[in-house]
Amino acid sequence: MSDRTKIYVGMGTCGLAAGAKSVYEAISTTLKNLKIDAEIIPTGCVGYCKREIIVDIAKQGYPKLSYGDVTVADVEGLLKSVLVDNINNHKLIIGKYPTTEVISKDDLDEVPAINELPFFKKQRRLVLKNCGHINPESLQDYLAAEGYEGLKKAFAAGPLGVIDEVKKSGLRGRGGGGFPTGMKWEFGNKSVPKDPNNQKKYMICNADEGDPGAFMDRSVLEGDPFSLLEGMTIAAYAIGASYGYIYVRAEYPLAIERLENAIKLAKENNLLGENILGSGFNLELKIKKGAGAFVCGEETALIGSIEGRRGMPNPRPPFPTESGAFGCPTVINNVETLANVPGLLRHGGDWFASVGTDSSKGTKVFALTGKINNAGLVEVPMGISLREIIYEIGNGIIDDKKYKSVQIGGPSGGCISEENLDIKIDYESLKTVGAMMGSGGLVVMDEGTCMVDVAKYFVEFCTKESCGKCTPCREGTMRMFEILEKITTKEVDKQEKIDSVKHLEHLAGVIRDTSLCGLGQTAPNPVLSTLRYFKNEYDAHIYDEKCPSAHCKSLISYEINESKCIGCGICKAKCPTSAIVGERKSPHKIQTAVCVKCDQCVQLCPVKAIAAK
Amino acid sequence: METLNIVDQKVNININGDNVSVSKGTTILEAANQSGINIPTLCHLKKCTPTGACRICVVEVEGARTLVASCTNPVAEGMKIKTHSNRVIDARKTILELMIANHPMDCLKCDRSGFCSLQSLSEEYGITEVPYQGKKRHNPIDLSSPSIVRDADKCILCGKCVKVCEQIQTVNAIEFTKRGFESVVAPSFDCSLGESNCINCGQCIMVCPTGALTEKGAIEDVRAALKDPAKVVVVQPAPAIRVTIGEAMGMEPGAISTGKMVTALKKLGFNQVFDTDFAADLTIMEEGSELVHRVTNNGVLPLMSSCSPGWIKFVEHFYPSLIPNLSTCKSPHQMLGAVIKSYWAKKAGVDPKDIYVVSIMPCTAKKFEAQRPELENDGLRDVDAVLTTRELTKLFKTSGINFSKLEETDFDSPLGLASGAGDIFAASGGVMEAALRSAYFLITGEELENIDFTGVRGLDGVKEATVNVKGLDVKIAVASSLGQARKLMDKVVSGEADYHFIEIMTCAGGCIAGGGQPLNTDIDRIKARLKSIYAIDAKKELRKSHKNADVQKLYEEFLGKPLSEVSHKLLHTHYHQRELS
Repeated sequence: MSDRTKIYVGMGTCGLAAGAKSVYEAISTTLKNLKIDAEIIPTGCVGYCKREIIVDIAKQGYPKLSYGDVTVADVEGLLKSVLVDNINNHKLIIGKYPTTEVISKDDLDEVPAINELPFFKKQRRLVLKNCGHINPESLQDYLAAEGYEGLKKAFAAGPLGVIDEVKKSGLRGRGGGGFPTGMKWEFGNKSVPKDPNNQKKYMICNADEGDPGAFMDRSVLEGDPFSLLEGMTIAAYAIGASYGYIYVRAEYPLAIERLENAIKLAKENNLLGENILGSGFNLELKIKKGAGAFVCGEETALIGSIEGRRGMPNPRPPFPTESGAFGCPTVINNVETLANVPGLLRHGGDWFASVGTDSSKGTKVFALTGKINNAGLVEVPMGISLREIIYEIGNGIIDDKKYKSVQIGGPSGGCISEENLDIKIDYESLKTVGAMMGSGGLVVMDEGTCMVDVAKYFVEFCTKESCGKCTPCREGTMRMFEILEKITTKEVDKQEKIDSVKHLEHLAGVIRDTSLCGLGQTAPNPVLSTLRYFKNEYDAHIYDEKCPSAHCKSLISYEINESKCIGCGICKAKCPTSAIVGERKSPHKIQTAVCVKCDQCVQLCPVKAIAAK
Repeated sequence: METLNIVDQKVNININGDNVSVSKGTTILEAANQSGINIPTLCHLKKCTPTGACRICVVEVEGARTLVASCTNPVAEGMKIKTHSNRVIDARKTILELMIANHPMDCLKCDRSGFCSLQSLSEEYGITEVPYQGKKRHNPIDLSSPSIVRDADKCILCGKCVKVCEQIQTVNAIEFTKRGFESVVAPSFDCSLGESNCINCGQCIMVCPTGALTEKGAIEDVRAALKDPAKVVVVQPAPAIRVTIGEAMGMEPGAISTGKMVTALKKLGFNQVFDTDFAADLTIMEEGSELVHRVTNNGVLPLMSSCSPGWIKFVEHFYPSLIPNLSTCKSPHQMLGAVIKSYWAKKAGVDPKDIYVVSIMPCTAKKFEAQRPELENDGLRDVDAVLTTRELTKLFKTSGINFSKLEETDFDSPLGLASGAGDIFAASGGVMEAALRSAYFLITGEELENIDFTGVRGLDGVKEATVNVKGLDVKIAVASSLGQARKLMDKVVSGEADYHFIEIMTCAGGCIAGGGQPLNTDIDRIKARLKSIYAIDAKKELRKSHKNADVQKLYEEFLGKPLSEVSHKLLHTHYHQRELS
C-alpha cells in the first residue's frame, strides 16, 4: 500500500452538477500551493446526495475520512486543516470509514463512524460497494477491489455451474418484473438459434433507466462500470452468447463515456474480446444509445430499437430467450441485476441468499427522493420496512411535516399510505398493496402533496411515453388523464365530474387487463392505488370541489388572515396582477377574481399571514 | 426419427366449455375459428406477422394474469379459454368506446360507410353513446396522391396498411410516426403520400377497417363530362371488371357480367363503350414483337411486362438499373386511349379534343398512371379519368341501375372485339399466357395447338416455366405482389436468373384482387373471380391476340405493323428513375 495520501472526489453526474469539477481543480491547485504530494481520485457517487460535494481523504496512519458540503471556498481551509495542521475533525466532516487498524489518536474519537450514521447504518452495500470508493476509470482499482474474481470462478464452474449458483442465490430481475435470473439464464442457455444462417446468441444489458426520479443504474454505470462488464461477461458465458449490447440512454453521457473507457480497458487486458482469460470464451460488447423513449425499457421494444426499428413492444411469446435480437436467442438483464453477479459468483449463491426474505434475496438499490431529509441513493437488504428507509435512513420528512405517501416503482408503481409503512420490502408484499418493486424509484410525499395530482402526473407521463401501438394504452391513458384533469378543475360542471369519475376505475381496470406490454398494463397503477388508499381526496375534489392539500390551482383560493397581517405591503408590491389591496399598516385583502395563484405572496409574507385554501 | 416431425402434434384445449383438439402452434384465434366461434379482430391480417395492436380479440385464459390477445397467443395443452365472458365483452366494449372517442364519427359522409369494421362492431356491441369525451387527434387530410386519400383522423392505428405495404408489397411507404396519443400512420419524415415511395397499389385501402384510406374519387369529373353536350365520352372497362362489377352490384362472387356491364354503361350515357381487352390483344402484338425483337437481336433481357403501373413505379424507385428491362409498351388502357383519340376519332369524324376517355379499372395505380406526363399524344391525355370498380358501383347505384335484371349488350366496334388472351390479362400469369400464345406464332409463323399454359396460372407467389419454341428454350417467370417481385428482381440483379420474359402484377393474384376492387375481397372471392376469367377465355372461339380481326384491321388501316413508327408514337412510352424518400 502506497504511503501517498489519497483524496477522493465524488464526480458522478450529480457531483459534477453540484460543482465537483471546480472542487477537484481547487484541490489540485491547493495541493500545489501547499506543496503537498497527494493523489486525487475522481470516483462515482456514494449516494449521499444531501452532502454533495463529498471529498474523502485517506492519509497514512488514519482511517479514510469523509467530508461533505465541500465548496471551492472550503478547499484550502479543509486541506490545510487535515493535511497540514492535522486537525481532522473539521466542521465539514461526515465521518470516518471503518479500518482494521486500531487508531485512536488526536481528535478522531469524536468523529462518528460512517457506518453508524443513520444514512448508512441500515444500508447493505453489495451493488454499490465500489461506488464512491474506486476510480471508475481505473481497471487497476477495480481489480484491487476483488474485481474479476467472480469471472474466474465462473470459468472454473462452467456455464451450468454458474446457472446453478445463480439459481441457488435466488437473484431476481431488478428491472421491475422480478423474474428469477437463474431461470432466465437457463432458458437462454438451452435455447438453440433457429436460423441456420445466424447461429448467434445475444446478451443485452438494459440500461435504459427512464422512471422519473430514478438514478440507480446511472450511479452504477458511472461509479463502477467494470462490475457491470464483469456481470455481463459472466451472464454471456452462462448462456453461451458471444455478442452483447449495453442499451443505455443517450441522456447519460458520462455513463457512456465511462463504459466506453471500461470496455476499451477490458479489451486491452483480455477481459473482453477473444479467448477471455484463456477460457476459450469470446465476447464482443457494443454500446447502443437509446433515443430517450421510456418504452424502450420494455425488452421487446428495446430489441426493436437495437435492430434499428421503431421502439415498439411486440407480443410475447415468443420470448426473447427464444427469439430476441435479430431473431436469435437473447437474454436481457437490467444493470443492477448484472452488477449483483460478480459478488454473487465471488462469494457463492448461499452467501447471496443469506441476505433478504424468503422470496426476495439480496439487496435493492433505491433512489430516495422527494420531501425527505436525506435524499440519496440507498442500498438496503430486502425485507427492510419502508418506515426504516424513510425515518431512519432518510431521517424523516423535510420540515417535520406529516408523511402522506411514498410512490414506489415509477409510473408503473403505486402510492403507499401511512397504514402500510411497515410492510417488508420484497416483490410479493409490494404487490399486495397495489404497488410494485419497479426499478427502484422512491418518491416521498408529505401532507402538502395532492394524491389526485400525483396520479395525474404519472398518467400524463404515460400518455406521452406510450408507444402508441395498442388501443387501451394509447387512447385509455389520455382519457384517464382527462378525467383526472376534470376532477382538478373548478370550471367543470360537478355532475360531469361525478359522471366521468364513474368510468375511471373501470377504464383503469380495462387498460391493465388488455394492454399489450408492461407499460400499458401498469400505467393505471398510480390511479388504482390512489383510488384505493386516498379515495377521500378524490371525493373532496369532486363533491366539495376542494383540494385538501391546497395544491390544485383551480380549486384553491388565497386568503390573508387579517388578524395576522401587519400591513407591511410587501405582498401588494410584488403581486404581478395587483390583486392585493389594503392601506399600509392595516390588514390587506386578496381580490380572488384577479389573483392568478402564483404563490409569491405566501412565500414573501414575513408573518405567514397568507395561505391557500 | 425424421418422420416424427411431420406428424401433426395435437393440443387439447377447452373453449367456452367444449373440449377440442387443435394442431400445436395454432393461435387461440385460429382455434376458435375452427370451432365456429367468431372473435372480432381489427388488426389481424392473414399472411402477415400478428402485432396484437388493437386488442379487440382479447379472450380470458384461465390462470392468466390479464386477458390475452387471441391473435398472437398460441394454444397450450390444457388451456381453458373463454372467448365471450362478461369480462371479455366489457373489455372489448371499452376498447371500442376508446377508438370511437377518438374518431370523427362522420359516418353519414364517409366513403367507407357500410363497409366499416368499426361501424359494424359498434353496432354489434350495442354502443349508443361514448362515455369518454375529450381531445381528438387531428391531422390534415393528405390529398397529395393522385390515387389514394389518407384521412388519419379516421385511422384506428390497427397497422394493417403498414403491414401490407411492408410485408406483402415491401414498399414501406407508410409507417407509424410520432408517439403515444399523437401516434399516426404516415409516410416517414413528414413527406406526403404523393411525394413518398407509395406505388399507389391501393392494397392499404383494401385492408383498412375504416375510412382512413380511400381512393381519390373521379366520379364527379366523369359526371361533369357526361353532362357536357360538347364532349364525346368514351368508356373502356378493364379485363377484371367484368368478373367483379356483378358481385359489387349484388350478384354472386365471380359473376360474369360483361354484357350487363356494357348495357349499364350505355345507360349512364357513355357515347361509346370500348373494351380494354381489345387493347390487351394489341399489347400482345407489340410486347410479343418486342420480345421476339430482343431475343433475336441480343436486346436487354429479361423483358419485363409493363401493364401494371404500381410495378412500374416500384422499378423506378427500387430497381432503376432494371428500367431498360421494362417493356416500352404502354399499359392496355393507355394504348386504347391513344388509339381512340387518333384512329377512332378520325374514323368517326370527331375532333380528338372533344373526346373524354374514361377507364374503369380494378386499380388505384391506374389513376396515377393516367396522370403521368409522358402518357399523352399531341397535347391530349390518353386517358382523362379513371374510375375504380367501387366508384363505378356507386355511379350505377346513384343512377338507379337494376344491374342483375339488365339485358346484355355487345361492346361497340371497332375497338370492342377481344380474344380470350386479352381477357385473361385480369389474372396473374394471364399476360404471360397471352404472350406465349402469340409469341410462338410471331417467332415461328406457325399456330400453337395446345394454348393452355396452366403452369403460369394460379395465385402462387412465383411461377416459373420453360417453353420450347422450335428448339429455343424460352425461360419465363410470373410473380404477383411486389414482395414476390422483389425476390425475382434480386435474382435478376445478381445474375442468378436467366429468364427471357417476366410478368409482374402488383397485386397478389393480379387485377382480380386489385386495389380498386370491391371491399371485403377475400380469398374465396378471388378464387371465384379467377375461375370466371378462365371460363370466359375457355368459352371463346377467338383465343389468340394475333387472330383478333379488329386488331389486324387496326394495323392494316393505321399502325402498319407492330413496333412501327406510328406504334412507337402512340403505343410506347419511357420511364425514369425516382428518388427513394
